[in-house]
Amino acid sequence: MTDLRAVGAPPRLEWLVSTVAKVHNETRRARTLVLDVPLWPGHRAGQHVDVRLVAEDGYQAQRSYSIASPPESPSLELTVERLDDGEVSPYLCDVLRVGDGLEIRGPIGGYFVWDVAQGGPLFLVAGGSGIVPLMAMMRHYAAAPNELRADVPVRLLYSARTLDDVIYRDELEMGSRVDARVSLALTRDAPAGWGGYRRRIDRAMLEEVGWPPNESPRVFVCGPTPLVESVANLLVEIGHVPSRIRTERFGPTG
Amino acid sequence: MQTEEMRLDGNAAGGMLREVFALEVTAALARCAGCGSVAPMGTLLEYGHGMGVVLRCPTCDTAVVRMTHTPGWVRLDASGIAFLMIPETPTPAAQV
Ligand SMILES: Cc1cc2nc3c(=O)[nH]c(=O)nc-3n(C[C@H](O)[C@H](O)[C@H](O)COP(=O)(O)OP(=O)(O)OC[C@H]3O[C@@H](n4cnc5c(N)ncnc54)[C@H](O)[C@@H]3O)c2cc1C
Ligand SMILES: [Zn+2]
Repeated sequence: MTDLRAVGAPPRLEWLVSTVAKVHNETRRARTLVLDVPLWPGHRAGQHVDVRLVAEDGYQAQRSYSIASPPESPSLELTVERLDDGEVSPYLCDVLRVGDGLEIRGPIGGYFVWDVAQGGPLFLVAGGSGIVPLMAMMRHYAAAPNELRADVPVRLLYSARTLDDVIYRDELEMGSRVDARVSLALTRDAPAGWGGYRRRIDRAMLEEVGWPPNESPRVFVCGPTPLVESVANLLVEIGHVPSRIRTERFGPTG
Repeated sequence: MQTEEMRLDGNAAGGMLREVFALEVTAALARCAGCGSVAPMGTLLEYGHGMGVVLRCPTCDTAVVRMTHTPGWVRLDASGIAFLMIPETPTPAAQV
């Protein structure tokens, strides 16, 4: 008999009350919540948590949020982008304060995950807040020993509205100085002299930035559902094997 | 509303599925009862998030899993799964 506890799978996924330990703004619309979770069992890069808000009258709202922090980090971090007409994200971005409790359950998911030991090459494609679980993968990669990293080249293509909407911008610019190659595509405004892409992700861009299919990259695509579906279709058109492409749809916006 | 823009990956239902399954099942391989195709549960298409979800086969649109909450009950209709193969340890998702 396998002892499930011994392999890190608790028998039941319970709701836990975490405490907001820190918050910081990433952009005008995105905020990172650093949570203290008693008895957090640890997680893998790419996993998410469910968040539950319960009103005094018992009304509940539940949403999923990817884990931004890598498995190596002792804290649990989420990054939430505010949708002005949304139900849950404005609360998480504007109302929740340090010291407040937040109900979560997780870590969730065994499919949209990546460990450096699985190898590469790794091609990450993000739209908007879809960068969050991919950042956990980049951070996990950055924390890996050099000899492991050498065999796993990483490329990231990240599409955002404007440069100010690029979440984790400083860290990504540093990442491009480590081994990972980071390419940005701005879809609305770009600063004068912008050297990156200034259009939505298209086939030519995926061919320029990603590896050719014959190098069998592992591809992770995350962001708003329309972006994820269009990128996944283009990757298949280019010749990538569908089973090497993993997707995480965030819904209508994101 | 169940528009195309609203759909998610089966992966997003991982938390809800853990209410009825003891093991993590988004990396489990499911054979669709409609068309016989085999794919990780995480690749099914999820419609509706939270209180009630339907996971559909991306190949033939069969409702593989339906799960709903009503006060005091969790209901699961898994009649669209012909066969399920679940990894016992949370090792890297089935590397197809
Ligand atoms: C696995 C997973 C991981 C995620 N990770 C993150 C993350 O790391 N960071 C992050 O910011 N978000 C993430 N999301 C998205 C997140 O779960 C929420 O969907 C998001 O925060 C919006 O929630 P909300 O309650 O603010 O908005 P909602 O009230 O849910 O509304 C969302 C948007 O959809 C529109 N909308 C609502 N109903 C409809 C309808 N019927 N038809 C068309 N449009 C509609 C609304 O106008 C609004 O613009 C993730 C989603 C999933 C599934
Ligand atoms: Zn089918």
